[in-house]
Amino acid sequence: MPTAPLIAYAHVGKSFDGGRGAERVIAVDDVSLEVAEGEFLAIVGGSGSGKTTLLRLTNRLIEADTGHITIEGADVRAVDPVQLRRRIGYVFQSGGLFPHLSVADNIGVTPKLLGTSAAEISARVGELLDLVRLDRAQHRDRLPEALSGGQRQRVGVARALAAHPRIVLMDEPFGALDPLTRDALGDDYRALHNKLKLTTVMITHDMTEAILLADRVVVMRGGRLLAEGTPAELSASYDPYVGELLRTPRRQAERLGALLPRGGAA
Amino acid sequence: MNLFSDPRWGEALAHLPDYLGNHVRVSVAALALGLAVSLPLAIAARNRRVMRGALLSLASIVQTVPGLALLALFYPLLLALAALTLSWFGFGFSAFGFLPAVLALALYSMLPVLRNTITGLDGVEPAILEAAKGVGMTPRQSLFTVELPLALPVMMAGIRTAAVWVIGTATLSTPIGQTSLGNYIFAGLQTQNWVFVLFGCLAAATLALAVDQLLALVENGLRQRNRLRAMLGGAGIAALVAVTLVPSMARSSNYVVGAKTFTEQYVLSALIAQRLRAAGFSATSREGLGSNVIFEALKSNDIDAYVDYSGTLWVNQFHRGDSRPREQLLDELKAVLAKQDITLLGELGFANAYALVMPKKRAEALGIHSIADLAAHAPTMSLAADYEFFSRPEWASLQKAYGLSFRAQRQMQPDFMYAAAASGEVDVIAGYTSDGLIAKYDLVVLEDSRHAIPPYDAIVLLSPRRADDQALQAAIKPLLGKIDIADMREANLRAAGGDGASSPDAVARWLWEKIGKR
Repeated sequence: MPTAPLIAYAHVGKSFDGGRGAERVIAVDDVSLEVAEGEFLAIVGGSGSGKTTLLRLTNRLIEADTGHITIEGADVRAVDPVQLRRRIGYVFQSGGLFPHLSVADNIGVTPKLLGTSAAEISARVGELLDLVRLDRAQHRDRLPEALSGGQRQRVGVARALAAHPRIVLMDEPFGALDPLTRDALGDDYRALHNKLKLTTVMITHDMTEAILLADRVVVMRGGRLLAEGTPAELSASYDPYVGELLRTPRRQAERLGALLPRGGAA
Repeated sequence: MNLFSDPRWGEALAHLPDYLGNHVRVSVAALALGLAVSLPLAIAARNRRVMRGALLSLASIVQTVPGLALLALFYPLLLALAALTLSWFGFGFSAFGFLPAVLALALYSMLPVLRNTITGLDGVEPAILEAAKGVGMTPRQSLFTVELPLALPVMMAGIRTAAVWVIGTATLSTPIGQTSLGNYIFAGLQTQNWVFVLFGCLAAATLALAVDQLLALVENGLRQRNRLRAMLGGAGIAALVAVTLVPSMARSSNYVVGAKTFTEQYVLSALIAQRLRAAGFSATSREGLGSNVIFEALKSNDIDAYVDYSGTLWVNQFHRGDSRPREQLLDELKAVLAKQDITLLGELGFANAYALVMPKKRAEALGIHSIADLAAHAPTMSLAADYEFFSRPEWASLQKAYGLSFRAQRQMQPDFMYAAAASGEVDVIAGYTSDGLIAKYDLVVLEDSRHAIPPYDAIVLLSPRRADDQALQAAIKPLLGKIDIADMREANLRAAGGDGASSPDAVARWLWEKIGKR
């Protein structure tokens, strides 16, 4: 396990206006968490668990009410948010690609904002297309609407990596994909994470995906951290919700094993 | 006669470069100004609910004001403003023609642009906005590189609507002194020249359609991210504007002669312009101007000369309710006009007064010769007049002098009044003494023995700038005192004839032939 934390959350809280006299909705409640350099952390939780809010607080897409978030030792509030976002890769749910820009322009958007020259951007786009295993010639000038869901998400990953970030934040990146594409993309990304020595925080509602991809898994519910640890450590948790999250995929795997005897194509 | 062999088509065509060019120029300027104001406002208002509501309501209210009224309102507004800047900063500006037309039309163009820009920006998905923020764009970068490009197709649809509205409404800018394709329509309506009306409508519709289609090309090009198409559309618009700019470079007239909104004025303005041309100058007519607009335009040197009527000035411009014998009124008028540096050059020889008119046979049968005779029958009769008569002091004065009270009062387009009287649809009309239709329909003018209506001698006025212009005065002087009421009535009748010989120019030539011999 690497040593110094690259991202640290200390007693972070965030609540939203419930609207029209309703009480404030507490999205993140006193969360403390550290992410080590080189680590792949998965945050698992259902909708309303606060996992997306926690991720968005990290690069200041929204601002925390209480507590501190530090990245590379510096409080994020002391950093210009625009500069902060430019050095942290962010993969959006179902891509978040700009529909009016070509694949190449989408990938090159952050380097361009940083003032990188057109020639350098062009070379970098080629590299990244190779990296996410998309054909350079075929995809470069396409518009996002001409891509499949999996291809779009590959472009999304390439865009997040374009400005050489050390940290990548992923918001349910593979959630909307079919199971085969999802599996292939997950494995490809994990390989990139290792190769580029990235630090990744991925949120997902899928415990199986978290266990299979991440070094460490955090479970959130109602804005609080319920449990954290390696998959093996998690299974020692006595929390009934965590237990339920872990038992479900196992039960499914066992049923599948029974229903699908080995042999033939499987 | 075959509709298309009518010589008036040719005459209409001859005006096209001037009218179309002016129409395109005023439309383009108005649209450009409208966009320059609406776009930043819409962008500023998109995230501010109160401002956005206020803006859209305001633009909607403007839209409910009829185009003609909006244009008409800007004239006095600018006039007052010009007077203010003149007294405060020592400079004024022309409140006539181009400026009020551009401002009113720009205001008119704002609603579709505002609404579509706000809708277009609202339509950008929140996920895309978050992505823009997430990749490190500043709000400004997000606006210009993501939000506006994505909203552009919807914005263009709004701009198209605005363009069509502006081009259509620009036809109404004729009465405030802006030459446009509306000149055909206003002149045609007044002189019953339906060829002109049709030509004007067709030209305006064709222009609107052409611009709409070119903008559609731009819009589709943007929607389908097809640069070539968008550029083709843009080039088309640019070419259209360039073509209409060319003739305007070349032309500039020595003299501008004004005309109000009725047949006689078109003929007299054409006559004065012809005399100036005969004297070797270039001269153009600015036609279809409202009574107040034309006087203010003369005062501020936007036109050089026009024909007005003594009683009209007496009542409208100097707000005098008392009447005077003819000569005395002219003398007094000359003096008050001179105070405003306006020259009363002289009388043409006839008067065009309001008069109560009825069918001759019926008047004889009832023994009515004068308005005093009419008063006894009035309670069983109906009276029709033009749109302003009942609110004019002449009507109040007539009622007071004769105790007149009719069973019913109706307002009508002046050209239709005489026929209505002849057919018995109304019993009495407030007609004009120089109208040729009085003789045509066998009507009679009732005598105003108590002089309730002031005299309305036709007089030629010159602008302050032309007060000492000997050449101008020499060209007009041969007309003074030469046109009697019979000549003018016949000229007016000819001008309402509805054939090729009835254009104001043709009638003016006929009139000159007739009086030139004297």
